[in-house]
Amino acid sequence: MTQYIIRRIIQLAFVLVGVSVVVFFTLHVLPGDVAQMLLGDRATTEQVARLRHDLGLDQPIYVQYLRFAADALDGDFGMSLHSAHPAFDDVWYAFPITIQLSIAALFVAVAGGVPLGVLAAVWPLSRFDNTVMTVTLFGVSMPIFWLGLMLILVFGATLDWLPIGNLMPTGMEPPRVTGMSVVDSVLTGRLNLIGLSLYHLVLPACTLGTIPMALITRITRSEMLSMRSQDHVRTARAKGLSEPRVVLKHVLRNALIPVVTVIGLQLGLLLSGAVLTETIFSLPGLGRLLINAILNRDYPVVQAAALLTAFVFVVVNLVVDLSYAYLDPRIRYK
Amino acid sequence: MSTVELTAPSPAPSRPGILRVLRRPTARVGAFIVAAFLLLTVIAPEIAPYDPYDQDFGAALQAPSLDHFFGTDQYGRDELSRVLYGTRTALLSILVADGIALFLGTMLGLIAGFYGKWVDSAAMRLVDVLLAFPYLLLAMIIVAALGPSLFHSMIAIGIVATPVYARVIRGQVLAVRTTEFVLAARAIGGSAGRIMLRHVLPNSFTPILVMATLQAGTVVVETAGLSFLGMGAQPPSPDWGSVLAEGQGYFLTSWWIATFPGLAIFMVVLGFNLLGDALRDHFDPRRRKE
Repeated sequence: MTQYIIRRIIQLAFVLVGVSVVVFFTLHVLPGDVAQMLLGDRATTEQVARLRHDLGLDQPIYVQYLRFAADALDGDFGMSLHSAHPAFDDVWYAFPITIQLSIAALFVAVAGGVPLGVLAAVWPLSRFDNTVMTVTLFGVSMPIFWLGLMLILVFGATLDWLPIGNLMPTGMEPPRVTGMSVVDSVLTGRLNLIGLSLYHLVLPACTLGTIPMALITRITRSEMLSMRSQDHVRTARAKGLSEPRVVLKHVLRNALIPVVTVIGLQLGLLLSGAVLTETIFSLPGLGRLLINAILNRDYPVVQAAALLTAFVFVVVNLVVDLSYAYLDPRIRYK
Repeated sequence: MSTVELTAPSPAPSRPGILRVLRRPTARVGAFIVAAFLLLTVIAPEIAPYDPYDQDFGAALQAPSLDHFFGTDQYGRDELSRVLYGTRTALLSILVADGIALFLGTMLGLIAGFYGKWVDSAAMRLVDVLLAFPYLLLAMIIVAALGPSLFHSMIAIGIVATPVYARVIRGQVLAVRTTEFVLAARAIGGSAGRIMLRHVLPNSFTPILVMATLQAGTVVVETAGLSFLGMGAQPPSPDWGSVLAEGQGYFLTSWWIATFPGLAIFMVVLGFNLLGDALRDHFDPRRRKE
């Protein structure tokens, strides 16, 4: 197992170097002069040349990359061109909001997806199974930005059950400790705000969690069904175990190994979906910061946000791979 | 060369004709939706009741009625006409983005799988790096570099989808390259390019078809998503994502502006998903048994 972990960490290092190369070269080599973009069309040639020099853009490209990579390792991505703060500080400030949203969405997805998948597999081809499969098919086909608007329309505007935006009502935010409103409410002892912060998370989390929930339901059902015909399950039945015991102890436990992997891999989907969800619900997370940075051509923030997101994504995938290898020894010895 | 073709055994098991996919009810529904979508792209100008760009401030924000089946937006433009014309942008995004991904991914997977060794390693590391980004993030970075526009968003989505094709094709090529007919073609001195294009690629067609169908729906959502974020089609384009974004500001009082383009995206994606699932199940013997 140790060798496997070392091998995967070395691979991770290479991937991260590759990620930094892609981010850097995409923003520096593709058509369009950054200095010209920043100064606008009316800038004189001298002004553009001066800014190019100040930004180090007149250096050879590999020198620029090495400087970028060395600074990035120190967490230095330069100053945001929009807020005038260090770019990484802006990203780090917004990041917990996205993480909180993603965790809440993952909770919705797992809490809904696994039981639905199990029940659908327990009664295959029944009316319940068909309904679940149809609904999940709709779920995976749903554009997340449209679903969010529909949920706002129904549960926010029409029924008036849930708030339709922001992390908390203005002026009621708990003091910032982690940046996650729910956790901060607990850590600062503002217990009355826990419910309120959760209440504000419901619609965004349901919006973001719908597609992963549909995928988790489908994979749980499929794995349960394939596990049902295995020899050890037949043996368990032959021994006279009750059906719930067979399903929970012998079918579900083994079926959950690939399901756990799928759950972990949903993070990429969640990070992508968070960009859209934050836009719809006016949440000041990483996604919204990134969109504003792109539209304002704030490249230091774009680079910092892209690298941090890719880093988290790659590390989570590594953890998922390692947990999979831990659960299933065949992976390690491949 | 003809000897090779005559003696070449088919690597794929004998399989029923592609039209037999339509025996499945879900496949028929999917095929119907996709066919209707394609038909609408052609006849949109004939059946659209208004010009999608025509503004009529006197009729702004009208709810659905007999004059305007899908209502009107804040400029008085007819929503039905805009949704109908939006089918054309959606089809264009499938052709361009899916086309780019199909071409680049197929070439990458083909070369990696056929040559193996360091070529394969290098290509797969590139794929790993591209897959290390959440898909929308990478597309946004590419759009950031190229500048927001519909065409650039399609290029970005195409590049983002490339590794998915590359992996599938590589796997297929690895399975096919050691078959007897490929070895025979090599033995008689067939060039690498000819063997790849004449023998390996045609035998990898099935997963490409399935992948292209499944990706078509994804491409429509992703392109609309970028337009929704202001990074794809720009107003006043009748692109579904762009129309949805414009409607967002009036959503609580004029629900129809954002509802119908979203419904159109949902239907098209559902159609391609149903058809793609059916094709995948049809060509995968294990799934067919299930």
